[in-house]
Amino acid sequence: MTHDPFTPRPDEKDMRDAYCDALIAAAEADSRVIVIDCDLSNSLGTGRFHARFPERSFNLGIMEANACSMAAGLSLTGFVPFVHSFAVFTSRRMTDQIFLSCAYAGLNVKLIGGDAGVSAAVNGGTHMAFEDFGVLRSIVGLRLFEPTDNTMVRALIPHIASRYGVDYIRMPRRSVIKIYEPGETFMPGEAKQLREGEDVTLIASGVMVSEALIAADLLENEGVHASVLDCFTIQPLDTAQIVERAQQTGCVVTAENHNIIGGLGSAVAELLSERAPVPLERVGVKNVFGEVGPQAYLMDRFGLRAKDICAAAHRVIERKQR
Amino acid sequence: MAQSDAITRLSADIRIQTIRALEQAGFGHIGGCMSVADTLAVLYGGELNIRPEQPDWPERDYLVMGKGHCGPVLYAALALKGYFPMDWLNTVNQPGTRLPSHCDRLKTPGIDMSTGSLGQGLSCAAGIALGLRMQGRSNRVFCIVGDGELQEGQIWEAAAAAEHLHLNRLILLIDENKRQLDGYVCDVCGGDPAEKFRAFGWNVVRVCGWDTDAILHEIRAATEQAGAPSAIVLETVKGMGASFAEHERNNHYMVITKEMAVEAVAEIHRRLSAGTYPAGEVV
Repeated sequence: MTHDPFTPRPDEKDMRDAYCDALIAAAEADSRVIVIDCDLSNSLGTGRFHARFPERSFNLGIMEANACSMAAGLSLTGFVPFVHSFAVFTSRRMTDQIFLSCAYAGLNVKLIGGDAGVSAAVNGGTHMAFEDFGVLRSIVGLRLFEPTDNTMVRALIPHIASRYGVDYIRMPRRSVIKIYEPGETFMPGEAKQLREGEDVTLIASGVMVSEALIAADLLENEGVHASVLDCFTIQPLDTAQIVERAQQTGCVVTAENHNIIGGLGSAVAELLSERAPVPLERVGVKNVFGEVGPQAYLMDRFGLRAKDICAAAHRVIERKQR
Repeated sequence: MAQSDAITRLSADIRIQTIRALEQAGFGHIGGCMSVADTLAVLYGGELNIRPEQPDWPERDYLVMGKGHCGPVLYAALALKGYFPMDWLNTVNQPGTRLPSHCDRLKTPGIDMSTGSLGQGLSCAAGIALGLRMQGRSNRVFCIVGDGELQEGQIWEAAAAAEHLHLNRLILLIDENKRQLDGYVCDVCGGDPAEKFRAFGWNVVRVCGWDTDAILHEIRAATEQAGAPSAIVLETVKGMGASFAEHERNNHYMVITKEMAVEAVAEIHRRLSAGTYPAGEVV
């Protein structure tokens, strides 16, 4: 099978700006949509929402736990609050509030975690969420998303705003590599197949999707045909498609901007070990803390590159052939 | 029957039904249930704007039981008001019950918010109050917390936020029963709740926590407050009204036998007859 080679080029604007556009559009369509910030609106780009809907915007200050439970209370009266902080705080500082005030109480709260993984860059290890999906994935009923590019953000936000439940959306703030053309449609819970190939399945999310596409091209040059899935919904996982691709190709590599413990790789490993045991490797952060540096440096440092995916692909193919 | 007599009778019924429910379970958070029984009698004895036949009526006054482990005493009040059949109380804490140890809005008619992890309830109540105000409604939002619960940092986040947002329809009822699971609040980490909330800009009063006339008066006064939320510090005695618990040092959570419950209910009736209900010889 042949494809046009993937040519990485950046999205036209920062993801936070595409997100804010989408949120404003959602709020124009639905008067229940409101915004809660925790003193990070400048970083996370919600300022234009505050300007457009001042009466529906609340900066509750540096009190994430309170913000989360207040959002639950607001949703109890019918509002659809979008709560914003860095992924480290949205996951770690709000965990108990997400569990009880939001999820256990059966309410309707949308949680935004900014500066996902290595995109925290020079904020360093304290602000670098490699564990947010791991922290939140075992809370019952949460849906976990990692939008891949601006086209997907614009498509997902209206869906998230209109569907009742607790959702966590993990995003970088800056521009990322563009994957999708405008008008592309997405079904939450359904992974996007970006490449077809019969030798190995690459399952990626977030910034690792572009690395997986580059890896697929590199593998193609070596005569290895890789299937690539953009698994932007970490929970609920697209179990049917992942099992099907694993069975078709007989081996799998996952790739995530997250600790390999607890996130996409763990979720896929759990699924396949029960339903379709095949050789599998997880490309991701190998259970170490983040550190300061430009994103490009950090992706090299933590082994989040196409070459790392290629190397893992060769290993699982070799194991498959044993 | 005068209103105050009716409230007294309701508080006795709330205590009796709570004691019986916990005795059926064999154990429970008796101390903190007893200490708020009189306040619940004031609220459910006519002060709350509610429709038991329509628990989700949008114009209702909301109540968040921050100290969610005191669900059983709230269930007693709700059952007595007709939110659900009285015999549900026999199922408290039993497998499959709709009346679990800690408040669960998805299981129990009349429970406005799920609680149990201390400190979250006040934030939830503040969020409800903000949402109602955004909708132009004037419903009141009550939140009941324990004095031990005030150790939670989130309480003070909520206290700051509610004042900043001028949530004057939010009324916090602090059950100052002076004890927590491991002992006296003052020994664990104390301090005057009234002073603290005043420092946070709230309207604050202290009141005897079993003087139902005084509680009602202060709730009405709080309802008239503009500009800031209100806190009413209820000076209570943990376990008051359940004779077996009153002199127990560790009465946060107790095993309760049939004999204990029978004697406690008899003592409530004795005190009612003697005009010493609910305190008896406790204070």
